[in-house]
Amino acid sequence: MRRSMLFLPGNNPNMLQNGDILGADAIILDLEDAVSPDEKDAARILVRNAIRTLDYQGCEIIIRINAVDDTGFWKEDLDEVIPLKPDLIMPTKVSGAEYVRQVSRYMEEVERRNGMEPGTVKLIPLIETTLGVENAFEIARSDPRVVAMFLGAEDLTADMRCVRTKEGSEIAYARSRMVSAARAAEIDVYDTPFTDVNDDEGLVADARLAKSLGFSGKASISPRHVSGINQVFSPTEKEIAYAREVLAIIEEAKAQGKGAVSLHGKMIDKPIVTRAQQVLAMAAAIGGGVQA
Amino acid sequence: MKLNRSAAAGTLESSDIYVQAAPGKGQVEIQLESIVYQQFGPSIVETIRSVAEGLGVTDAVISAVDRGALDCTIRARVETALKRAAKEA
Repeated sequence: MRRSMLFLPGNNPNMLQNGDILGADAIILDLEDAVSPDEKDAARILVRNAIRTLDYQGCEIIIRINAVDDTGFWKEDLDEVIPLKPDLIMPTKVSGAEYVRQVSRYMEEVERRNGMEPGTVKLIPLIETTLGVENAFEIARSDPRVVAMFLGAEDLTADMRCVRTKEGSEIAYARSRMVSAARAAEIDVYDTPFTDVNDDEGLVADARLAKSLGFSGKASISPRHVSGINQVFSPTEKEIAYAREVLAIIEEAKAQGKGAVSLHGKMIDKPIVTRAQQVLAMAAAIGGGVQA
Repeated sequence: MKLNRSAAAGTLESSDIYVQAAPGKGQVEIQLESIVYQQFGPSIVETIRSVAEGLGVTDAVISAVDRGALDCTIRARVETALKRAAKEA
C-alpha cells in the first residue's frame, strides 16, 4: 500500500537518516537527477550503507537508478543496491518494453551472483518521455517484476516542448493514458510530484485531481507535501462506513438467496462491491480512515 | 588496495563527514576533527581504521572532519575516499 512516495537525494546523509520519520509510505532514494555525475560513486555507497544499517521500518524502499546509457552508471547502481533487497527499483526514462527487460535481465544477474531468488526485487518504471507514454501498456506488461508505474511530468513536458503548469492541462492525456495502461495491466500507478513546495492548497488540489483520475498515489519532492498526499489518498470515514454497509447487505442478500440488492435506493452491482473491498483494504492498511 | 593519489569524499554539512585520503609512509595514519570528539573520537577513529583494513589499505594518510555523521555515513565516505585515491593518478 502506497499513497505517498517521497524523493530523498541519495548523497545527502541528513535526509537519508531521517527518511522513515517523514510520514511517507515509500521513500525513493535517488541516485539519478539529485546526484551530480562526479558524485555517483559516493551516493551509491552511501545509499547502500543506509539501507543496510538504518531501520526504515514501515517505509517501502525504492531506489531510483540512472538511465540505461553508455555511462554504465545504472549497472553500478544495481551492483551496489540489489544485494540489500530494496523493495523496488525505479528505472528512469523508460521508453519501451525492451528497456525494462534489459534492466530486469541485469537485476537477475546480480540476484544470482548474490544467491538471491531471481525476481526478488520488483520494478516501478518511471515514464517521462513521449515515447514512454505512448508505450505505457507494453511497459506495464513487459516483465513480471513490474508492479507499478510512475509518471514524471518535468522531463515529459520538456520532451513535449511545452510549459509545465500548476493546472496540468498539458499532461492530461499522459495522466489518463498512464492510468488506463496500468489498470489494464492490473498494476499500480503513481502521479508526478507537485513542484511548488510552498503551495499547500495547490498540492491538495493536484492530489485530488490525480485521485479522481484513478492514480494509486502521488510522489513528492518535499516532506512538507507528504501529509497532504496521504490525506487525499486515504479513504474517508464516510467512505469506510458506506463500504461496510455494502458488504453487509451483499452478505445478507447471499444468505437470503437474493440476486439483486439495493442500498439507499441504489443498485449494488459488482463494481461497487469491488470498490468497497478496495476501500476497506486500504483502511485496514493505514489503520483507519480520515475525516472528509 | 594501494593508494595512488590524494582524493576526498563527503561534505562539511551537518550529519556528514569530509574525508581526505592520500598515500602514506608505510602505515595507516588517521587524523580526526569532530564536533563530538570528546564523546566519540576514539570510536570514529576505530571505524575509519576498520574500513581501511576491510579494503586492504595498509599505507595511507586519512584526515577527516566530522559533522556528527552516523556510523554508516562515516563508513561510506571513508570507502569512497579510499577507492577514489586508489584510482590511477
